[in-house]
Amino acid sequence: MANEKLTAAFLELIRRAATDLRPDVMEAMRKAVAAEGKGTPAASVLEQKIENVRLAREGSTPVCQDTGALVFYIEYGPDLRQKDIEEAAKAATVAATEKYYLRPNAVDSVTGKNSKNNVGIDAPHFRFDQRDEKGMRVRLLLKGGGSENCGAQYKLPDGKLKAGRDLEGVRKCVVDAVYAAQGKGCPPGIIGVCIGGARDTSYACAKEQLLRNLDDTNPDAGLADLEQRLVKELNELGVGPAGLGGKTTVLGVKIGALHRMPACYFVSAAYCCWAYRKATMTVSASGEVTHG
Amino acid sequence: MVEIKLPVSDADIRKLKAGDEVSITGTLITARDAAHKYLIDSDGAEVRDILNGGMVYHCGPVVKKDASGKYSFVAAGPTTSIRTEPFEPPVIEKYHLRGVIGKGGMGPGTLAACAKFGCVYLSALGGLATTLARSVVEVPTVYKLEEFGVPEAMWVIRVKGFPAIVTMDSHMKSIHDDIEAASKKTYERLLGTK
Repeated sequence: MANEKLTAAFLELIRRAATDLRPDVMEAMRKAVAAEGKGTPAASVLEQKIENVRLAREGSTPVCQDTGALVFYIEYGPDLRQKDIEEAAKAATVAATEKYYLRPNAVDSVTGKNSKNNVGIDAPHFRFDQRDEKGMRVRLLLKGGGSENCGAQYKLPDGKLKAGRDLEGVRKCVVDAVYAAQGKGCPPGIIGVCIGGARDTSYACAKEQLLRNLDDTNPDAGLADLEQRLVKELNELGVGPAGLGGKTTVLGVKIGALHRMPACYFVSAAYCCWAYRKATMTVSASGEVTHG
Repeated sequence: MVEIKLPVSDADIRKLKAGDEVSITGTLITARDAAHKYLIDSDGAEVRDILNGGMVYHCGPVVKKDASGKYSFVAAGPTTSIRTEPFEPPVIEKYHLRGVIGKGGMGPGTLAACAKFGCVYLSALGGLATTLARSVVEVPTVYKLEEFGVPEAMWVIRVKGFPAIVTMDSHMKSIHDDIEAASKKTYERLLGTK
């Protein structure tokens, strides 16, 4: 039996993630309306999306019906047990599905059967990290399948893209991924990128970049420059909101890097749709829960 | 804004041009990957009459079931359409579809089928789940719920004033192709490959 208080906290975290977007995302959407110019078709598309978020927030209904796969990033202290946290998160996932915050989205890959409650093999997905401080911080990402399908991984050098093993090569990979996605990943997108790592760790690191705030600055000056340059260049592609044309193809690009093996140079891109659903909660040493 | 009442005729659908904004009223069937395969493999007897002159909606909704067993849509935006590209042309032909509603656009097979059989592809705005669910006024029934699960089942829905944009018409015009072609020039410049 999962801890009831913890389960309730997780349920609220899921509700907030599924039925609202965070202030950094809404601010980026409003700036995009201004950039497109009031009265243009692209601005109208963005305004309808902003209005949809308002309605979803008001009624606690999903911003998007594809409530994605749940990925919990959890840093926990010595006072907590991983197993207890996982049980509470799973119980909350089941409850959130019953409350229609989540669509039943876990399908058995062999039989095709839907588990009906979002719990299944590696569903939800957890990433646990221990920390010295008591209590925990939980960050939840709900990323839809349509945009997940637009993710891409490259192995440099790449002759077709004329991309070598440097930041210029990385830039070309990201341009290629976003061009290939066109309107299929629900633009404007947020692009998480990882340079290096192995096949699996590179993809995971790219997705983890999506936890960053849209208005933050990469501590690595070279990557910060590349992020800015890519936002500008990708918006020149003209794919636009909903892929129907416009100046806003992405809301942000966030790049991380991992050490790599000498033989390998992977570049991974995680495409997140505009319905960029993430939420954070902290549990203090005394058990006090804060959502933010 | 063009009002479309379902079922709609071949002649009326051919009047629509890419870029037209429409408002749809009538009965739709939600259909995604599993439903499309089923519609090809079977004779789709349970939905054939609705699809004749009607439209499919690429959508995997969040659906509420109340105490009396009645269904309603909670969230119902479009899903990415391109996955059903291999299935769509035969489904359009076999069931006399006049419209396919989804997001992200479809490929040359569907565009050709739209021209040949009198059909259009309409874009609903992705992620407008709560807004679009409000256009669904009734959910009379559902097929293949147990077998396919909630997102993939064929939901029969009555919509009123459902908003969409014609982005592929029956005259071989695709806004998606136009945008891709335009973005290709920028893409090649950014890559320095041309």
